Amino acid sequence: MEAFKTVTAKVMPLDRANVDTDAIIPKQFLKSIRRAGFGPYLFDEWRYEDIGEPEMDCSNRPLKKDFVLNNPDYQGAKILLTRENFGCGSSREHAPWALDDYGFRAVIAPSFADIFFNNCFKNGILPIVLSAEVVDSLFKDVAAGYQLVINLGAQTIVTPQGEVIQFDVDAARKYRLYNGLDDIALTLLQADKIKAYEAERAKRAPWLFV
Amino acid sequence: MSEKTLYDKLWDDHVVHTEDDGASLIYIDRQLIHEVTSPQAFESLRLAGRKPWNTQRNLAVADHNVPTTNRKQKIPDPIARLQVETLDKNCAEFGITEFDMDDVRQGIVHVMGPEQGATLPGMTIVCGDSHTSTHGASGALAFGIGTSEVELALATQCLTQKKSKNFLIKVNGSVGAGITAKDIVLAIIGEIGTAGGTGYTIEFAGTAITDLSMEGRMTVCNMAIEAGARAGLVAVDEITIDYYRGRPYSPKGEHWLMAEREWQKLHSDDGAVFDKVVELNAAEIKPQVTWGTSPEMVVAIDAKVPNPADELDSVKQQGMINALKYMGLEFNQPINEIKIDKVFIGSCTNSRIEDLRAAASIVKGKKKADSVSLAMIVPGSGLVKQQAEKEGLDKIFIDAGFEWREPGCSMCLAMNADKLLAGERCASTSNRNFEGRQGYGGRTHLVSPAMAAAAGIAGHFVDIREWV
Repeated sequence: MEAFKTVTAKVMPLDRANVDTDAIIPKQFLKSIRRAGFGPYLFDEWRYEDIGEPEMDCSNRPLKKDFVLNNPDYQGAKILLTRENFGCGSSREHAPWALDDYGFRAVIAPSFADIFFNNCFKNGILPIVLSAEVVDSLFKDVAAGYQLVINLGAQTIVTPQGEVIQFDVDAARKYRLYNGLDDIALTLLQADKIKAYEAERAKRAPWLFV
Repeated sequence: MSEKTLYDKLWDDHVVHTEDDGASLIYIDRQLIHEVTSPQAFESLRLAGRKPWNTQRNLAVADHNVPTTNRKQKIPDPIARLQVETLDKNCAEFGITEFDMDDVRQGIVHVMGPEQGATLPGMTIVCGDSHTSTHGASGALAFGIGTSEVELALATQCLTQKKSKNFLIKVNGSVGAGITAKDIVLAIIGEIGTAGGTGYTIEFAGTAITDLSMEGRMTVCNMAIEAGARAGLVAVDEITIDYYRGRPYSPKGEHWLMAEREWQKLHSDDGAVFDKVVELNAAEIKPQVTWGTSPEMVVAIDAKVPNPADELDSVKQQGMINALKYMGLEFNQPINEIKIDKVFIGSCTNSRIEDLRAAASIVKGKKKADSVSLAMIVPGSGLVKQQAEKEGLDKIFIDAGFEWREPGCSMCLAMNADKLLAGERCASTSNRNFEGRQGYGGRTHLVSPAMAAAAGIAGHFVDIREWV
């Protein structure tokens, strides 16, 4: 997993609430047994005029011109600015994989669905919760070339006007994301505790250990 | 405080270790695995040279991609076939039990688990699927995870979690005739919204909930995620214990007696404190129909499609305008005048025997409307299908012009060949009405099995209370 220290990047505004994981990556692409290559299909139904299929070459597909991903002003953006309850719906990790593969490193919204929020941290993406008012003001300011500086260590976002916005992040998640650490290796450091738990639990609930 | 909620009890029972910041390592008793969210997890294990912590804690089944017709031939879609075959190979290589496509026990992972007694009261249960919340109906802590956590649970039998807050939803009193678990949960989502449960574990309680069968409780907990909560719960009672008696993976003999004693404790203590409480009056719940592209966009059958102009929140108002456009509806249109093209009865929400019985009782002796091009019944598992056939339900459906299919997720998410065409409108017993969910451009209305069946007969939504 790519460590997240400081990201200075353009912002893409996706002005919709309740963006669900079916919209982020439609189900036909979930048939892949790979982890990479979902970026070209990110927001497929909103992005292209035709119906996307797995392994399709997207370079010549007709684009929906009014969708923000196709707006030349926001090409190269690595920060997605959006509205309430982003990532609701299915647990598919293909959603953060697609965002990551496209190039997004951070998503800013007033709220996120729980599973998606958690999945982001496993894939080097920082989901940032800001108040609806602050998100609203960012939507008003965002324009071609608008850049933010996100510093995970300091937990700050710096606007082009020099305004500093603080954000909260859970300490354990921050540590893992900041250092790009592997969850399994960290958890296996506790293997003795897991075995002790199993031995104790087997006495209380032996039917689970037959 | 000594009084605990059911969630507190389940949580405390599974904590292996708690860090200073409150993040806990939680032991996972059961992982269910399916073909869509597992291949990358197995691949990573393989690349890292890691083995599962305990193969017996895992149980696998292919459900999302499997065809619902002609199981004898191979899956025609080569990409879907590769994914199902990859699950077969991974399970064989890592020594994990799998019910393959030809096994009568094959079915939707959330139907198969309780049916086999593979998901039991008091367990922690995870699966790479958000509708894992279903299993909370048996007083288990069950929630969906992403593929990275599928891999983590395989390798360590644990997940790092922060405890959620406690949310109690009480549905007091009794529902009227024709009102089902699906109407109850849709009414709840209409009340609290799709983010109303975010950050919480919801315990569903009250007479209208405890009056439900296990199947009905599963329907309610299934859609906890549609209310934003990763997990839903119902306390254990005699209905729960009776349901699990004698199932293949249920405890046996002395262990059963021990388990029964332990499971009796799986309820919230009197005086336990919840962070949030919402109460509903069951008698006021009418048959529910969603009109939009989010499960919270739901109204009663005797209502009209709402007017965005009445919504004061500008973000929500825009959402309503988008939804009406996508759904091809006008505001103020009476719900019972909305004509449908297809009917889908199935999914992990509503494909259990009770659901099929409810639908069959409506269509018995009647015919599908000519204007309805397809009405399909997709049982939740091979065993549900077998039971329904034993009761003659398949004949009732076929005589009425409905199609009787093989078990799987099918048109709930349209990963297999079952999908809506652009512009088609479906009365569906599934759980999500998102844009494109049932097929590109497809329009989904979420309803109960009886309401879907009645819509298939009438060709438009009808008030099921006038039919029962």
